[in-house]
Amino acid sequence: MSATGIGASVKRKEDFRFLTGRGNYTDDINQPGQTYAYILRSSHAHAKIKKIDTADAKSAPGVLAIFTGEDMQVGSLPCGWAVNNKDGSPMNEPPHPPLAQGKVRYVGDQIAVVIAETYAQAKDAAERIVLDLEELPAVTTVDAAIAPGAPLVHDDLAPGNMCYDWEIGDEAETDAAFKGAAHVVSIDVTNNRLVPNAMEPRAAIGDYNKGTGEYTLYTTSQNPHVIRLLMGAFVLQLPEHKLRVVAPDVGGGFGSKIYHYAEEAIVTWASEKVRRPIKWTAERSESFVSDAHGRDHVTHADLALDASGKFLGLKVYTKANLGAYLSTFSTCVPTYLYATLLAGVYTTPKVYANVKSIFTNTVPVDAYRGAGRPEATYLLERLVSKAARELGMDQVEIRRKNFIPADAFPYQTPVALQYDSGDYEATLKKAMELADWNGFAARKAEAAGRGKLRGIGISTYLEACGIAPSAVVGSLGARAGLFESANVRVHPTGSVSIYTGSHSHGQGHETTFAQLVSETLGIPIENVNIDHGDTNRIAFGMGTYGSRSLAVGGEAIMKALGKVVDKASKIAAHLMEASAEDVEFKDGKFTVAGTDKEVDFGTVALTAYVPHNYPHETLEPGLEENAFYDPMNFTYPGGCHICEVEIDPDTGVTKVVNMTAVDDVGRVINPMIVEGQIHGGLAQGIGQALLENCEYDENGQLLSGSFMDYCMPRADNFPGFQATTESTLCAHNSLGVKGCGEVGAIGSPPAVINAVLDALADKGVTDISMPATSHKVWQAIQNAQMPAAAE
Amino acid sequence: MPTVSMTVNGKQVSGEVEARTLLAQFIRENLELTGTHIGCDTSQCGACVVHVNGSSVKSCTMLAVEADGADVTTIEGLAMDGDTLHPMQEAFRDNHGLQCGFCTPGMVMSAIDLVDRNPNPTDSEIRDWLEGNICRCTGYHNIVKSIAAGAAAMRGQKAAAE
Repeated sequence: MSATGIGASVKRKEDFRFLTGRGNYTDDINQPGQTYAYILRSSHAHAKIKKIDTADAKSAPGVLAIFTGEDMQVGSLPCGWAVNNKDGSPMNEPPHPPLAQGKVRYVGDQIAVVIAETYAQAKDAAERIVLDLEELPAVTTVDAAIAPGAPLVHDDLAPGNMCYDWEIGDEAETDAAFKGAAHVVSIDVTNNRLVPNAMEPRAAIGDYNKGTGEYTLYTTSQNPHVIRLLMGAFVLQLPEHKLRVVAPDVGGGFGSKIYHYAEEAIVTWASEKVRRPIKWTAERSESFVSDAHGRDHVTHADLALDASGKFLGLKVYTKANLGAYLSTFSTCVPTYLYATLLAGVYTTPKVYANVKSIFTNTVPVDAYRGAGRPEATYLLERLVSKAARELGMDQVEIRRKNFIPADAFPYQTPVALQYDSGDYEATLKKAMELADWNGFAARKAEAAGRGKLRGIGISTYLEACGIAPSAVVGSLGARAGLFESANVRVHPTGSVSIYTGSHSHGQGHETTFAQLVSETLGIPIENVNIDHGDTNRIAFGMGTYGSRSLAVGGEAIMKALGKVVDKASKIAAHLMEASAEDVEFKDGKFTVAGTDKEVDFGTVALTAYVPHNYPHETLEPGLEENAFYDPMNFTYPGGCHICEVEIDPDTGVTKVVNMTAVDDVGRVINPMIVEGQIHGGLAQGIGQALLENCEYDENGQLLSGSFMDYCMPRADNFPGFQATTESTLCAHNSLGVKGCGEVGAIGSPPAVINAVLDALADKGVTDISMPATSHKVWQAIQNAQMPAAAE
Repeated sequence: MPTVSMTVNGKQVSGEVEARTLLAQFIRENLELTGTHIGCDTSQCGACVVHVNGSSVKSCTMLAVEADGADVTTIEGLAMDGDTLHPMQEAFRDNHGLQCGFCTPGMVMSAIDLVDRNPNPTDSEIRDWLEGNICRCTGYHNIVKSIAAGAAAMRGQKAAAE
């Protein structure tokens, strides 16, 4: 292994600029003549817009223009995935205007945009807009939204507030499996709504150039080409060649910066009207009511088992809250990213799931780190642990008994996916060793001596990422392909620029991808630059989400590098007067087998651009190659997470004291970066389990609308993590890579809650919902001990 | 509009500001030192931490006019010659203490103040100190490691200087 190649913990190339304050985030960018936008948002969850009077506001100091939905008659913000009802009919897809038309549907919905010389002037002027709104009753929960007579978010465009009523699996066969069952274990779980809260608030700058007719949008996006396509083709009808979208340094995404948001369209559209660049930057309390939220599922499930504890069938009924409008990928999250994962790591032969996705008067919900897979994992792993308790089986043994064995791959599940590789016993074994599972009883006894309740919880999980084979997702309703593109440009002196359609917003692509190039071409990593995030510089890209950057974007780079090596070998063969078939390339040198002839990569690069001695009759000059890569299958990372908690029974204070994660992420290119990704995922998973909750009141007011009300995990909420990998290789890509961005957030929540319930078992507590806050834990202990008082 | 003057990263600066202008805005907008980030509007996140007269301060909690006459250091002022990183910056790089980089300037500025006050902090003291700095990427694991390593390097530097 070279010091900068595959498998090396290379220090990150991007760190110098971030550590010295030289990052270039969207809000750091200023254009000559720039103006500022303030978006006036609805403070009502549901209301009819009767009149918006902007006359007085328009006369406020510094104001250039004010636009409302009446002024901005453009296309709807599109939904990227069509999901059909179980009867085959299409989903209800009501329009999503960038500025509200006729009605506002959630607190935060955009009513008007004020453009002024300074942000303060725009904000001051917005206070002088006179709104005449007729407040309507609101619904915020799935159960309230589907109750008879519930207020309708989209009136007759979504009767019963239903987006779709979808199913997967064979219901009759699953019912038949239940008939022969010795045990049926049932569970009701809520997967709590979360606010992604990337540390960089969203921002956008629209800049129209009258001279060239070109629009430029700088935006905090995980996928600038997708924004160009969605905004250009669907919302503003601007052709790609006149629209440039730049996503510079982006301060975290976690899914929330995938989607095409109203503000992007508003500043781009309005910059043409005012003929000045317009900057909009969200304040954090604005992010809370305008960034797509995550999760929010309510589920009932039944698991059928035989007398020995073998799973026979699983039935799942989920109601998913989509919020007020369809965000870009909202519809696929509770369906194809969730229900297809319900076999988990187990051989359950029959699985059936029914998912109802429902509109409410809340912020739109979309993918957040893991997206569907954490919801599936939480359900399954809570249910399996509950089954073990009810059947009197060991937590580990029930899992081992039902694991898909390591020699069973490729493994076809009853819910569409075919897993290519994995070894669940291996990750389980390693995690149990690292967590000292067998020493737990002694630790529990020691904690009891200190008056603390200690519990241990486990989760064995898998996920599907590296999204995705375009043909497969297309057949399931995706309105986009999910390939990736790469361009490798070798410069005359042998340095290399890579242009990738993946986007890095913390993942370290500038280092990991450079390691692929250093390894393949045998050149120093300093001679490699990774460029991303600009539709004018990068040919095309589908961007970064679903742990796809290495498994799809990295593979595109490898494919383009392969083409470069092919061509370079021909040039080298010419220089060495040998046949191309006899040329070997290793460690940056071309050699001819059986001779001492040798030419280095730099010489070949120079020859390609100074082609004096060159095979012109068969080769073009230059050394630059493009590749597009479309994966054959999803990738299937998995593993085992083990959590230990200590609870103070007097206060309910719950501390995670050990967190162990052993994940199979496929081949590891940079272990330092992979472990960092897992740490971050674990923090978000533990945050969901113990701290974070997005809470609305019954009128649709967001109660957890700032960092004072929404509990963001802090450093003192965590112990140090034990995170490592134990990998099998992906069977269908050249690098054998699977993905590591989401595993931490997928595997950990059920491990934490199983640990909490284990700790509370002696107190008689059998269920607790996320987040298991101190108050909730204390209350659960009180209720269990005083059942009469609880009623 | 009031005029404010202060020393920022060793340079004398002044500017006209609205009275309501926050120090964070003055640094970002008037001085164009965009390494100081704004991640919230309730003074929780700590992305805007700078040093004012040697102590770490959330620059969104101070009006620019309150900093009149002060000596301010921002993230840009740590590696003054542009190449040699401060030992704390170096420790964050060596220990992968940053991912997206947005909370990083505040983390580094806050960490240096911790080590100035407590040259050899325990992991638990580091975690307690970071109560006012939120990171969404790292799970804090490598930040804690970075600060411990940075503290050791700062102790070494101090010992060498004495």
